[in-house]
Amino acid sequence: MAAEEEGMNLIEILEENVAIDMSKYMSYVQSPSCGAIATFGGTTRDTFEGKTVLELRYEAYVPMAVRCIKTICTSARSSWNLNSIAVAHRLGPVPVGETSVFIATSAVHRGDALNACKFIIDEVKASVPIWKKEVCTNGEVWKENSEFLERRDELGNSSCRKNVVEGMDQRERVAAEER
Amino acid sequence: MSTNSFESPSKKMDNAVGEKDDAFIKVKVLFFARARDLTGMADMSLEVSPGTTAHDCLNKLISKFPGLEEIRNCMVLALNEEYALGSVVVKDGDELAIIPPISGG
Repeated sequence: MAAEEEGMNLIEILEENVAIDMSKYMSYVQSPSCGAIATFGGTTRDTFEGKTVLELRYEAYVPMAVRCIKTICTSARSSWNLNSIAVAHRLGPVPVGETSVFIATSAVHRGDALNACKFIIDEVKASVPIWKKEVCTNGEVWKENSEFLERRDELGNSSCRKNVVEGMDQRERVAAEER
Repeated sequence: MSTNSFESPSKKMDNAVGEKDDAFIKVKVLFFARARDLTGMADMSLEVSPGTTAHDCLNKLISKFPGLEEIRNCMVLALNEEYALGSVVVKDGDELAIIPPISGG
């Protein structure tokens, strides 16, 4: 397991066949000063475009993935008042129904916790070097996140940081439009 | 043209003394996901001349592994664990990762 604790961020890339212990991350972010804990869990679903999915298999460029997630946490903290953040991602096979990625954020107020949680999963899907292979009854295929493909041209202009900030500005615009 | 014949002998002498001008630099290349499927390997050492860019390295890799052409237009490069533009010049000991479209989360 690769783990990073910086300030009050916990980032874990779990080895194969190690399941996510959600209560561990909820306990980590919990604090008497916080009125809110927001969480997101990504789970393997049983169908994709009509095909029956048996499992997803994950791999990662682990040191860079940890680095990218740290940057995402830093960016989240610059936009919202957060107490703690925990991000965990599994590697290896994740059968249908199980959780592959888990994010928990805590804050004094729920708006910060909820918005940061959404931001973090959106950024993970756009920029963190983790890949999943979809294993179906009739074959296997590497998946591609549309969030990455949309962001692709911006990646490489600098580190993850700049791209995360740009993505955030876009999100603020979209959020403003949606209001 | 006559200057070339002047330069060549001195160049040979420089090499004999260990001048670095013609020395190769070594870059560690990592292949992930689809890129690993296409090359058949997870990593390799690539020797290139000084001044080579990340994009040049990619071209050299594609000439070694023509199958990589499949992902040329949708992949990105990372140098030393950070996304990098193809124009970045690689240094000896750098780690270059071939990053096909990601699908975490």
